[in-house]
Amino acid sequence: MQTPRMAADPALKAGLSMEFGRDAPLMLDCGVALGPFTLAYQAYGELNAEKSNAILVCHALTGDQFMASRHPVTGKEGWWSQIVGPGLPLDTRRYFVICVNVLGGCMGSTGPKSINPATGEPWALDFPVITVADMVRAQKLLIDHLGIDKLFCVIGGSMGGMQVLEWAARYPEKVFAAVPIATAARHTAQNIAFHEVGRQAIMADLDWCGGRYIAEGRNPDRGLAVARMTAHITYLSEPALHRKFGRRLQDRNSLTFGFEADFQVESYLRHQGAAFVQRFDANSYLYITRAMDYFDLAQEHGGKLANAFRETPVRFCVVSFTSDWLFPTSENRDIVHALNAVAADVSFVEIESDAGHDAFLLDEPEFRDTLAGFIAGCAEHRGLNG
Amino acid sequence: MNPLDAPRPATAPTALAPAALAKTPLRADLQLIADMVAPGSRVLDIGCGEGALLEYLARERSVAARGMELSQKNVNASVARGLSVIQGDADSDLVEYPAGAFDYAILSLTLQATRNPREVVEQMVRIGRHAIVSFPNFGHWRVRLQLLLKGRMPVTEALSEPWYETPNIHLCTVRDFIALCGDCGIEIEEALVLNGRAHRASLNTPHLANLFGEKAIFRLRKD
Repeated sequence: MQTPRMAADPALKAGLSMEFGRDAPLMLDCGVALGPFTLAYQAYGELNAEKSNAILVCHALTGDQFMASRHPVTGKEGWWSQIVGPGLPLDTRRYFVICVNVLGGCMGSTGPKSINPATGEPWALDFPVITVADMVRAQKLLIDHLGIDKLFCVIGGSMGGMQVLEWAARYPEKVFAAVPIATAARHTAQNIAFHEVGRQAIMADLDWCGGRYIAEGRNPDRGLAVARMTAHITYLSEPALHRKFGRRLQDRNSLTFGFEADFQVESYLRHQGAAFVQRFDANSYLYITRAMDYFDLAQEHGGKLANAFRETPVRFCVVSFTSDWLFPTSENRDIVHALNAVAADVSFVEIESDAGHDAFLLDEPEFRDTLAGFIAGCAEHRGLNG
Repeated sequence: MNPLDAPRPATAPTALAPAALAKTPLRADLQLIADMVAPGSRVLDIGCGEGALLEYLARERSVAARGMELSQKNVNASVARGLSVIQGDADSDLVEYPAGAFDYAILSLTLQATRNPREVVEQMVRIGRHAIVSFPNFGHWRVRLQLLLKGRMPVTEALSEPWYETPNIHLCTVRDFIALCGDCGIEIEEALVLNGRAHRASLNTPHLANLFGEKAIFRLRKD
């Protein structure tokens, strides 16, 4: 293990990072031993003397560690700046809140755009396929390094929720409370299908160059943008799209009888795609979507999800949103059923919202109140008052 | 019948402000149920409403208190107050829990609104080492008298809604419930009836408890 280091990567310059696996490489699910590798992370608030107030936030597919600070590439507010901060549900005056860029990511943690020490070139498709469990094993190294014996809470939405479930199943003695949000214990066929469309869009872009676009000085912008546009639709809902755009036209009074962005919704999606390629690596998108596709917690535990949580001491709060059709309430309820089957301490809240899957990133008062109440209740049980 | 307790207000406001909950005394029937629960035990409150009993058990009796509630609104409000509650249905969701998962499975004033009360009671004595069930007694003299003299469906304090609005689809009397327990091989450990004051019902004279109890509370077990 090395001391924190600074590097040329803007994400690394903007935040914290740590190198692992130089002495003992990380054994990945695919059988490859990875090391050394870097984990980039952000921390907010202060770790108390007992190191008992740490909250780990796990980010979603295209999220990153800059959850409550200005993004070093886009300059935008953090994706959870309404949840993490002083006086907010994850109150940084009381808790030490950290978020780690996932292994395979592109914001400072080692991923396919990092340099492969064996070749001196970017890994590209030589990077080993990683899983959600690999992401969690890597995070565990950082948590151990920080001297945190037990996380007060692990929390995250979507793919972040998958990591939360993996944490609770793999390290139950290291987690006091777990909040999986808008997630599932396995990626469904429909969700795998959407991911495949995104990956095919990237790989069909000639600028992808079989994954070696960095070495070739190119970037599959068009393919990655289309992948983002498709995915973005799945994060919203028909009512939300209707409310935002309806059939309204973009900067024009009539149809053009052509293929420009006549409709506001088209213009919006094109903008989402164009903005995304500025901050995200196409190969990372392939690897991380694959990790989600491979996630099946029941299969990891003899085909029965309840087995993943047998005798668990972890306090759970499962949250879903009514209009989320990507990770619908039924998928979240399956987690609750499995937890009930082992008589685990579980709360389950379904929040009314028309915002679709993205609702967990928005300022939904009922969601905020749920988080705040659950965290406060857990703090009382953990003796973290004051 | 021996008076168990000093008279308490028969009903408390049904909608409690969250801040007021901790200080507001429990409704009389809930207090009697709470007194049946051993401190430090594991409890599942089925149909926990806004969580008044759960909150009391957790804070005053150090109980590992968990709740199941049909109304999502009530669930969200309870979780926001730090209680462990899931949205669920007594009729369909109790089967998920393993046998003996709790020391007490509690169902207060909800049995009469379930689709299959017999199955619910049997599930309760399976998942709980003890089950505590309370219900409005349809054998109370006021109920009988209203039906006898007016020929109309009774409306009382314990059964306050008219027939076309009530969620109560499986009303029973104290004696009906005792008979059900007998049929199911369930042991009655303790039985109380309330009529403003709480009385310990003697099972030797169930017809008296049946006549004078507005609500009944049973503690059950099945080995």
